[in-house]
Amino acid sequence: MAESVMTSTTHIQSGTSRRKGLPDWVFIFPGIYFGWVLTKGEAISWYRIEEMFYFRSFHMYGIFMSAVVTGAIGIWLVRKLGIKAWNGEPIEIPKKRFHKGYVLGGFIFGLGWALTGACPGPLYAQVGAGFTVVIITMLSAIAGTWVYAAIRDKLPH
Amino acid sequence: MIHWLQQPWPWYVAGPLIGLSVPLLLVMGNKRLGISSSLRHICAACMPGKIPFLQYNWKQQRWNLYFVLGILIGGFLAGYVFANPHPVAVSQHTQAMLQQWHIQQGAGLLPEQWFNWHQLLSWQGLMLTVVGGFLVGFGTRYADGCTSGHGIFGLSTLQWPSLVALMAFFAGGIVSAHLILPLLFQ
Repeated sequence: MAESVMTSTTHIQSGTSRRKGLPDWVFIFPGIYFGWVLTKGEAISWYRIEEMFYFRSFHMYGIFMSAVVTGAIGIWLVRKLGIKAWNGEPIEIPKKRFHKGYVLGGFIFGLGWALTGACPGPLYAQVGAGFTVVIITMLSAIAGTWVYAAIRDKLPH
Repeated sequence: MIHWLQQPWPWYVAGPLIGLSVPLLLVMGNKRLGISSSLRHICAACMPGKIPFLQYNWKQQRWNLYFVLGILIGGFLAGYVFANPHPVAVSQHTQAMLQQWHIQQGAGLLPEQWFNWHQLLSWQGLMLTVVGGFLVGFGTRYADGCTSGHGIFGLSTLQWPSLVALMAFFAGGIVSAHLILPLLFQ
Protein backbone atom coordinates (compact mmCIF):
# COMPACT_ATOMS: atom_id res chain seq x y z
CA MET A 1 0.00 0.00 0.00
CA ALA A 2 2.63 2.51 1.06
CA GLU A 3 4.56 1.69 -2.07
CA SER A 4 1.71 2.31 -4.48
CA VAL A 5 0.88 5.57 -2.74
CA MET A 6 4.50 6.68 -3.12
CA THR A 7 4.62 5.74 -6.77
CA SER A 8 1.42 7.54 -7.61
CA THR A 9 2.55 10.67 -5.82
CA THR A 10 5.87 10.68 -7.63
CA HIS A 11 4.04 10.13 -10.86
CA ILE A 12 1.85 13.18 -10.35
CA GLN A 13 4.86 15.29 -9.48
CA SER A 14 6.73 14.14 -12.55
CA GLY A 15 3.87 15.56 -14.61
CA THR A 16 3.06 12.64 -16.88
CA SER A 17 -0.69 12.72 -17.23
CA ARG A 18 -1.70 9.25 -18.35
CA ARG A 19 -0.27 5.80 -18.67
CA LYS A 20 -1.57 2.37 -19.41
CA GLY A 21 -3.61 0.77 -16.68
CA LEU A 22 -2.46 -2.38 -14.94
CA PRO A 23 -3.38 -5.58 -16.79
CA ASP A 24 -6.44 -7.38 -15.39
CA TRP A 25 -4.51 -10.40 -14.15
CA VAL A 26 -2.54 -8.25 -11.70
CA PHE A 27 -5.69 -8.03 -9.59
CA ILE A 28 -5.11 -11.60 -8.54
CA PHE A 29 -2.60 -10.17 -6.03
CA PRO A 30 -4.92 -7.87 -4.06
CA GLY A 31 -7.31 -10.85 -4.24
CA ILE A 32 -4.78 -13.15 -2.57
CA TYR A 33 -4.15 -10.45 0.02
CA PHE A 34 -7.87 -10.01 0.67
CA GLY A 35 -8.49 -13.77 0.88
CA TRP A 36 -5.56 -14.27 3.23
CA VAL A 37 -6.66 -11.48 5.58
CA LEU A 38 -10.33 -12.57 5.56
CA THR A 39 -9.27 -16.10 6.41
CA LYS A 40 -6.73 -15.23 9.11
CA GLY A 41 -9.28 -12.88 10.63
CA GLU A 42 -11.72 -15.83 10.68
CA ALA A 43 -14.28 -13.69 8.85
CA ILE A 44 -14.94 -16.73 6.64
CA SER A 45 -15.81 -18.88 9.63
CA TRP A 46 -19.36 -20.17 9.97
CA TYR A 47 -18.87 -20.13 13.75
CA ARG A 48 -17.93 -16.45 13.77
CA ILE A 49 -20.95 -15.51 11.67
CA GLU A 50 -23.43 -17.30 13.94
CA GLU A 51 -21.69 -15.79 16.96
CA MET A 52 -22.19 -12.38 15.39
CA PHE A 53 -25.90 -12.92 14.74
CA TYR A 54 -26.34 -14.01 18.36
CA PHE A 55 -24.35 -11.00 19.63
CA ARG A 56 -22.07 -13.31 21.57
CA SER A 57 -18.68 -11.87 20.65
CA PHE A 58 -17.25 -8.56 19.57
CA HIS A 59 -14.90 -10.18 17.03
CA MET A 60 -16.85 -9.66 13.79
CA TYR A 61 -18.14 -6.25 14.84
CA GLY A 62 -14.58 -5.21 15.60
CA ILE A 63 -13.39 -6.40 12.18
CA PHE A 64 -16.22 -4.67 10.46
CA MET A 65 -15.96 -1.33 12.20
CA SER A 66 -12.18 -1.11 12.00
CA ALA A 67 -12.33 -2.04 8.30
CA VAL A 68 -14.83 0.72 7.56
CA VAL A 69 -12.88 3.32 9.55
CA THR A 70 -9.60 2.35 7.84
CA GLY A 71 -11.24 2.40 4.42
CA ALA A 72 -12.74 5.83 5.10
CA ILE A 73 -9.44 7.26 6.34
CA GLY A 74 -7.67 5.74 3.34
CA ILE A 75 -10.08 7.36 0.91
CA TRP A 76 -9.86 10.67 2.74
CA LEU A 77 -6.06 10.54 2.45
CA VAL A 78 -6.17 9.58 -1.22
CA ARG A 79 -8.37 12.61 -1.87
CA LYS A 80 -6.49 14.97 0.43
CA LEU A 81 -3.18 14.13 -1.24
CA GLY A 82 -4.74 14.26 -4.70
CA ILE A 83 -3.52 10.77 -5.48
CA LYS A 84 -4.69 9.48 -8.84
CA ALA A 85 -5.29 5.98 -10.04
CA TRP A 86 -2.30 4.13 -11.49
CA ASN A 87 -3.35 4.96 -15.06
CA GLY A 88 -3.54 8.68 -14.28
CA GLU A 89 -7.33 8.89 -14.03
CA PRO A 90 -8.79 10.78 -11.08
CA ILE A 91 -10.26 8.50 -8.42
CA GLU A 92 -13.96 8.02 -9.07
CA ILE A 93 -16.50 6.85 -6.54
CA PRO A 94 -19.89 6.29 -8.17
CA LYS A 95 -22.98 7.02 -6.07
CA LYS A 96 -25.14 4.11 -4.97
CA ARG A 97 -28.70 4.69 -6.09
CA PHE A 98 -31.20 3.46 -3.55
CA HIS A 99 -34.13 1.26 -4.54
CA LYS A 100 -36.47 -1.15 -2.75
CA GLY A 101 -34.18 -4.05 -3.56
CA TYR A 102 -31.67 -2.72 -1.05
CA VAL A 103 -34.15 -3.66 1.67
CA LEU A 104 -35.94 -6.65 0.10
CA GLY A 105 -32.90 -8.22 -1.52
CA GLY A 106 -30.77 -7.30 1.47
CA PHE A 107 -33.12 -9.19 3.77
CA ILE A 108 -33.12 -12.22 1.46
CA PHE A 109 -29.32 -12.18 1.35
CA GLY A 110 -29.25 -12.00 5.17
CA LEU A 111 -31.40 -15.13 5.42
CA GLY A 112 -28.86 -16.98 3.30
CA TRP A 113 -25.86 -15.44 5.01
CA ALA A 114 -26.76 -16.99 8.38
CA LEU A 115 -27.27 -20.40 6.76
CA THR A 116 -24.08 -20.59 4.72
CA GLY A 117 -22.06 -18.64 7.28
CA ALA A 118 -20.57 -16.75 4.38
CA CYS A 119 -21.18 -13.79 2.16
CA PRO A 120 -19.86 -14.01 -1.42
CA GLY A 121 -16.19 -13.19 -0.64
CA PRO A 122 -15.84 -15.81 2.08
CA LEU A 123 -17.52 -18.38 -0.17
CA TYR A 124 -14.50 -18.25 -2.49
CA ALA A 125 -12.12 -18.40 0.48
CA GLN A 126 -13.98 -21.35 2.05
CA VAL A 127 -13.61 -23.35 -1.16
CA GLY A 128 -9.91 -22.46 -1.14
CA ALA A 129 -9.62 -23.50 2.50
CA GLY A 130 -10.57 -27.01 1.47
CA PHE A 131 -14.34 -27.11 2.09
CA THR A 132 -15.03 -28.42 -1.37
CA VAL A 133 -18.77 -28.88 -0.78
CA VAL A 134 -19.03 -25.07 -0.73
CA ILE A 135 -18.59 -25.33 -4.53
CA ILE A 136 -22.27 -26.38 -4.47
CA THR A 137 -23.13 -23.28 -2.42
CA MET A 138 -21.30 -21.18 -5.02
CA LEU A 139 -23.07 -22.81 -7.95
CA SER A 140 -26.35 -22.22 -6.17
CA ALA A 141 -25.42 -18.57 -5.59
CA ILE A 142 -24.68 -18.25 -9.31
CA ALA A 143 -28.09 -19.82 -10.02
CA GLY A 144 -29.70 -17.33 -7.62
CA THR A 145 -28.04 -14.45 -9.42
CA TRP A 146 -29.26 -15.82 -12.75
CA VAL A 147 -32.84 -16.21 -11.53
CA TYR A 148 -32.78 -12.62 -10.25
CA ALA A 149 -31.59 -11.48 -13.66
CA ALA A 150 -34.37 -13.45 -15.35
CA ILE A 151 -37.26 -12.16 -13.19
CA ARG A 152 -35.86 -8.70 -12.50
CA ASP A 153 -38.65 -6.89 -14.37
CA LYS A 154 -41.31 -8.45 -12.18
CA LEU A 155 -39.70 -7.44 -8.89
CA PRO A 156 -40.29 -4.11 -7.11
CA HIS A 157 -37.30 -1.78 -7.37
CA MET B 1 7.86 -19.29 11.47
CA ILE B 2 5.24 -21.91 10.55
CA HIS B 3 3.57 -21.39 13.90
CA TRP B 4 3.45 -17.66 13.28
CA LEU B 5 1.88 -18.15 9.84
CA GLN B 6 -0.74 -20.51 11.25
CA GLN B 7 -1.98 -18.15 13.95
CA PRO B 8 -5.37 -16.53 13.55
CA TRP B 9 -5.36 -12.75 13.67
CA PRO B 10 -7.26 -10.62 16.17
CA TRP B 11 -9.96 -8.29 14.84
CA TYR B 12 -7.83 -5.18 15.26
CA VAL B 13 -5.22 -6.59 12.87
CA ALA B 14 -7.54 -8.20 10.32
CA GLY B 15 -10.13 -5.39 10.24
CA PRO B 16 -7.83 -2.50 9.26
CA LEU B 17 -6.03 -4.71 6.71
CA ILE B 18 -9.40 -5.58 5.14
CA GLY B 19 -10.29 -1.89 5.06
CA LEU B 20 -7.02 -1.03 3.31
CA SER B 21 -8.17 -2.97 0.26
CA VAL B 22 -10.64 -0.15 -0.50
CA PRO B 23 -8.03 2.58 -1.22
CA LEU B 24 -5.65 -0.06 -2.61
CA LEU B 25 -8.08 -1.08 -5.37
CA LEU B 26 -8.97 2.53 -6.13
CA VAL B 27 -5.33 3.50 -6.52
CA MET B 28 -4.49 0.38 -8.51
CA GLY B 29 -7.00 1.29 -11.19
CA ASN B 30 -10.21 2.92 -9.98
CA LYS B 31 -11.63 -0.46 -9.01
CA ARG B 32 -14.42 -0.57 -6.48
CA LEU B 33 -14.29 -3.33 -3.91
CA GLY B 34 -17.22 -5.63 -4.61
CA ILE B 35 -17.47 -9.37 -4.81
CA SER B 36 -21.07 -10.38 -5.50
CA SER B 37 -20.82 -8.76 -8.95
CA SER B 38 -18.39 -11.54 -9.89
CA LEU B 39 -21.40 -13.90 -9.76
CA ARG B 40 -23.19 -11.71 -12.31
CA HIS B 41 -20.12 -11.69 -14.57
CA ILE B 42 -20.00 -15.48 -14.43
CA CYS B 43 -23.67 -15.60 -15.46
CA ALA B 44 -23.05 -13.10 -18.26
CA ALA B 45 -20.06 -15.08 -19.50
CA CYS B 46 -21.52 -18.57 -19.27
CA MET B 47 -25.28 -18.38 -19.79
CA PRO B 48 -26.53 -14.93 -20.72
CA GLY B 49 -29.46 -16.29 -22.76
CA LYS B 50 -31.59 -13.37 -23.87
CA ILE B 51 -31.73 -11.78 -20.45
CA PRO B 52 -31.16 -8.01 -20.75
CA PHE B 53 -29.51 -7.78 -17.28
CA LEU B 54 -26.80 -10.16 -18.52
CA GLN B 55 -26.15 -8.43 -21.86
CA TYR B 56 -23.07 -6.34 -21.21
CA ASN B 57 -19.40 -6.59 -21.90
CA TRP B 58 -18.34 -8.64 -18.88
CA LYS B 59 -14.80 -8.76 -20.26
CA GLN B 60 -14.37 -5.15 -19.15
CA GLN B 61 -14.83 -6.42 -15.60
CA ARG B 62 -12.35 -9.24 -15.93
CA TRP B 63 -10.22 -7.76 -13.14
CA ASN B 64 -13.03 -8.71 -10.75
CA LEU B 65 -12.82 -12.37 -11.76
CA TYR B 66 -9.06 -12.37 -11.20
CA PHE B 67 -9.66 -10.72 -7.84
CA VAL B 68 -12.05 -13.45 -6.68
CA LEU B 69 -9.69 -16.14 -8.00
CA GLY B 70 -7.09 -14.49 -5.78
CA ILE B 71 -9.46 -14.71 -2.80
CA LEU B 72 -9.75 -18.43 -3.40
CA ILE B 73 -5.95 -18.76 -3.49
CA GLY B 74 -5.65 -16.59 -0.37
CA GLY B 75 -8.15 -18.86 1.37
CA PHE B 76 -6.15 -21.89 0.27
CA LEU B 77 -2.91 -20.46 1.66
CA ALA B 78 -4.33 -19.08 4.92
CA GLY B 79 -6.96 -21.75 5.55
CA TYR B 80 -5.39 -24.92 4.16
CA VAL B 81 -1.62 -24.69 3.74
CA PHE B 82 -1.12 -22.54 6.84
CA ALA B 83 -4.37 -23.48 8.57
CA ASN B 84 -4.82 -22.81 12.26
CA PRO B 85 -4.53 -26.28 13.87
CA HIS B 86 -6.79 -25.23 16.76
CA PRO B 87 -10.55 -24.67 16.83
CA VAL B 88 -11.81 -21.12 16.25
CA ALA B 89 -11.65 -19.42 19.66
CA VAL B 90 -15.33 -18.56 19.94
CA SER B 91 -16.75 -17.14 23.17
CA GLN B 92 -18.03 -19.38 25.96
CA HIS B 93 -21.59 -18.35 25.18
CA THR B 94 -21.09 -19.53 21.62
CA GLN B 95 -19.61 -22.82 22.81
CA ALA B 96 -22.71 -23.43 24.92
CA MET B 97 -24.92 -22.67 21.92
CA LEU B 98 -22.95 -25.07 19.69
CA GLN B 99 -23.35 -27.75 22.31
CA GLN B 100 -27.10 -27.20 22.30
CA TRP B 101 -27.03 -27.64 18.56
CA HIS B 102 -24.99 -30.86 18.90
CA ILE B 103 -22.18 -29.35 16.88
CA GLN B 104 -18.75 -30.65 17.78
CA GLN B 105 -16.22 -27.97 17.12
CA GLY B 106 -12.99 -29.39 15.75
CA ALA B 107 -10.18 -27.48 14.10
CA GLY B 108 -11.37 -25.77 10.95
CA LEU B 109 -13.40 -22.69 10.14
CA LEU B 110 -16.67 -24.52 9.46
CA PRO B 111 -18.33 -27.46 11.23
CA GLU B 112 -17.12 -30.36 9.14
CA GLN B 113 -19.88 -32.47 10.56
CA TRP B 114 -22.35 -30.50 8.39
CA PHE B 115 -20.27 -29.07 5.56
CA ASN B 116 -19.27 -32.23 3.74
CA TRP B 117 -20.39 -34.04 0.59
CA HIS B 118 -22.17 -36.77 2.50
CA GLN B 119 -24.40 -34.33 4.42
CA LEU B 120 -25.28 -32.55 1.20
CA LEU B 121 -28.04 -35.10 0.76
CA SER B 122 -29.61 -34.45 4.16
CA TRP B 123 -32.29 -31.74 4.33
CA GLN B 124 -30.12 -29.77 6.75
CA GLY B 125 -27.16 -29.98 4.41
CA LEU B 126 -29.35 -28.79 1.54
CA MET B 127 -30.48 -25.80 3.59
CA LEU B 128 -26.90 -24.86 4.58
CA THR B 129 -25.52 -25.06 1.05
CA VAL B 130 -28.05 -25.13 -1.80
CA VAL B 131 -30.83 -23.03 -0.25
CA GLY B 132 -28.45 -20.70 1.57
CA GLY B 133 -26.33 -20.19 -1.52
CA PHE B 134 -29.36 -19.43 -3.68
CA LEU B 135 -30.57 -16.78 -1.22
CA VAL B 136 -27.08 -15.26 -1.09
CA GLY B 137 -26.84 -15.02 -4.89
CA PHE B 138 -30.40 -13.80 -5.44
CA GLY B 139 -30.40 -11.39 -2.51
CA THR B 140 -27.03 -9.75 -3.15
CA ARG B 141 -27.86 -9.04 -6.78
CA TYR B 142 -31.30 -7.70 -5.88
CA ALA B 143 -29.67 -5.54 -3.19
CA ASP B 144 -27.00 -4.47 -5.68
CA GLY B 145 -24.13 -5.57 -3.48
CA CYS B 146 -22.96 -7.62 -0.54
CA THR B 147 -21.00 -7.16 2.65
CA SER B 148 -17.95 -5.95 0.72
CA GLY B 149 -19.62 -3.65 -1.82
CA HIS B 150 -22.13 -2.11 0.59
CA GLY B 151 -20.74 -2.98 3.99
CA ILE B 152 -17.13 -2.02 3.48
CA PHE B 153 -16.88 0.01 0.27
CA GLY B 154 -20.26 1.73 0.60
CA LEU B 155 -19.85 2.66 4.25
CA SER B 156 -16.20 3.70 3.78
CA THR B 157 -17.38 6.13 1.13
CA LEU B 158 -20.17 7.34 3.44
CA GLN B 159 -23.13 6.35 1.28
CA TRP B 160 -26.41 6.07 3.18
CA PRO B 161 -28.07 3.55 0.79
CA SER B 162 -25.35 1.10 1.75
CA LEU B 163 -26.13 1.59 5.43
CA VAL B 164 -29.78 0.75 4.75
CA ALA B 165 -28.71 -2.34 2.79
CA LEU B 166 -26.43 -3.41 5.63
CA MET B 167 -29.24 -3.10 8.15
CA ALA B 168 -31.41 -5.26 5.91
CA PHE B 169 -28.59 -7.87 5.67
CA PHE B 170 -28.48 -7.98 9.45
CA ALA B 171 -32.23 -8.16 9.87
CA GLY B 172 -32.32 -11.18 7.54
CA GLY B 173 -29.34 -12.78 9.26
CA ILE B 174 -30.80 -12.39 12.72
CA VAL B 175 -34.16 -13.84 11.67
CA SER B 176 -32.48 -16.76 9.95
CA ALA B 177 -30.00 -17.47 12.76
CA HIS B 178 -32.65 -17.34 15.48
CA LEU B 179 -35.63 -18.92 13.73
CA ILE B 180 -34.29 -21.25 11.04
CA LEU B 181 -30.95 -22.55 12.35
CA PRO B 182 -32.36 -23.99 15.60
CA LEU B 183 -34.84 -26.01 13.52
CA LEU B 184 -31.95 -27.58 11.63
CA PHE B 185 -29.98 -28.67 14.66
CA GLN B 186 -32.56 -29.57 17.27
